[in-house]
Amino acid sequence: MRKVIFEGSLILVVFGMWVLFTECGGGGSGGGSNTTVNSAENVQPIVVNGGPIAADSSSNIIYPNAAFTSVTVCVPGTSNYCQTIDGILVDTGSVGLRLLSSNGGGALTLSLPTQTIDGNPLAESVQFGDGSYIWGPVEIADVKIAGESASSVPIHVLDHDFYTIPNESSSGGGPEKDDLQSLGANGILGVGQFQQDCGGACASTSGGVPLSIAYYECSSAGCHLVSVPLSQQVQNPVALFPKDNNGIIIMLPAVSGAAATISGSLVFGIGTQSNNGLGSAAVYMLNQNHAITTIYKNQTMPNSFIDSGSNCYFFSDNAIPQCTQSYVSGYYCPPTTLNLSATNQGANGTSGTVTFSVGNASTMFSGPTSDYDAFSDLAAPFKIADNFLWGLPFFYGRTVYTAIEGMDTPAGQGPYWAY
Amino acid sequence: MGTSKQFIVRCLNMRMLLVFATICILTLPIRASASLGDDVGSVQADQARMKGVQRTTRTELYTVHEIKASEGTVVREYVSSAGKIFAVVWQGPFLPDLRQLLGGYFERFSQGSQARNNNRPRIRGPILIQEPGLVVQSGGHMRAYFGRAYLPDQVPKGVNIEEIR
Repeated sequence: MRKVIFEGSLILVVFGMWVLFTECGGGGSGGGSNTTVNSAENVQPIVVNGGPIAADSSSNIIYPNAAFTSVTVCVPGTSNYCQTIDGILVDTGSVGLRLLSSNGGGALTLSLPTQTIDGNPLAESVQFGDGSYIWGPVEIADVKIAGESASSVPIHVLDHDFYTIPNESSSGGGPEKDDLQSLGANGILGVGQFQQDCGGACASTSGGVPLSIAYYECSSAGCHLVSVPLSQQVQNPVALFPKDNNGIIIMLPAVSGAAATISGSLVFGIGTQSNNGLGSAAVYMLNQNHAITTIYKNQTMPNSFIDSGSNCYFFSDNAIPQCTQSYVSGYYCPPTTLNLSATNQGANGTSGTVTFSVGNASTMFSGPTSDYDAFSDLAAPFKIADNFLWGLPFFYGRTVYTAIEGMDTPAGQGPYWAY
Repeated sequence: MGTSKQFIVRCLNMRMLLVFATICILTLPIRASASLGDDVGSVQADQARMKGVQRTTRTELYTVHEIKASEGTVVREYVSSAGKIFAVVWQGPFLPDLRQLLGGYFERFSQGSQARNNNRPRIRGPILIQEPGLVVQSGGHMRAYFGRAYLPDQVPKGVNIEEIR
């Protein structure tokens, strides 16, 4: 397994600059990003700027098409024991706040109380779709973003050194991402469709055995699987805000090919304030797979997602060549930029055409744009014909709404996407 | 209202299945690490390991063993007429144990996955590993995972890979 890679104090100094301790009394400052200023209490600046690893010039890594923001966490019930952490990925494809521990090179230094179950620490192992995984304790924090605040929220702290990682975690075959180089962020703000990250499956047992491999109770004997009531699972902090709690909106400017950095907004609530109405947006209700249907070149894909945490379009088209250069392996590399279209359909019958472009990744990541962070035409093959994944480029030039399950909105209860 | 009786029967069935599964795991500790590319016997090991319910369907060219695990994830194993598992497909709320499902091909997939993670421009989203003789795709997120792995050289002639889903 990969270990934490950080040596030397210079990098720690850089991280120190990302971290601002605040008094938490004046509405929480934004943490130093040069994003558009909007004073509304439900608007938080976001930026596509490569994130924390971009600050490490020695790493030569870039993290394109990732939107970052800052979040303030406080010891529950206090206003003096707080930390504002920048460089947190805004992810509509997951649920819950996850912060990288300083053990992993992350910014979090604030000590927070650990969630316990049966008197023992509760930990979580999360596997991503690509088989990579993260691990660490569930801790409790007051979470403050813009002028919104949620009290005593179970969050996930990523820490390789917390007890011993269970064997099951690595069963997806991917790397552990409990270090800054692998995660590419100081944390993940999961603002997806659900109120908890796991839900009923993690609260249930079969024959006394927990159904899931997500939550673990840890003691001197090690960590073993445990079922966890919904309220103690890692929570979507938005759903716990006293208001503006039925979903989020992501607004990012259009990008024509490539941009060095772009700035936008994460807005809380749908139709709860004068600045977050649905307007003319079309609502796409979700099917039983929590997905929409995308039709592309006569392929009907009923497992399609809109996900700000994926950094390009992922779809299958055998007519588009894949990159042959190793430094961009895994992306599409058509000889000229392709202008394409697809149709999205919601379970409620909404249908709409989306136009998008696919460019040559080897051109994007060489020459004058090689250090840019926003690419509107970046795409990669994923050849299961059920799935079209609309990653962050889909959000460029759009206002995209994600409504949370079971919460009332002017267009009915979530979950849905609208744009 | 027969629901409570049905519930009890289902519970008993699940308990018996669990006992059966435990016995299988205890008696077949080595078999439990085989799958893709293996012979049809390893389907039973997977069924035991996943504590799942199995359903079998046949076509002219292959047999599909579908295992639904207790937590809801469905795995389909495609077996050729020669008795070899040439493809596995999964979908559901949890990622299945790929170490188990991919068997001897797991390490190759894992190495490809590690290499991708070190790309200079990071790629974040579902993974596609294409190597001579092996294709693995895995994607999704918590509560909704999906993926497919197959051995291109062992897909029976006449089978369109798009029907393996």
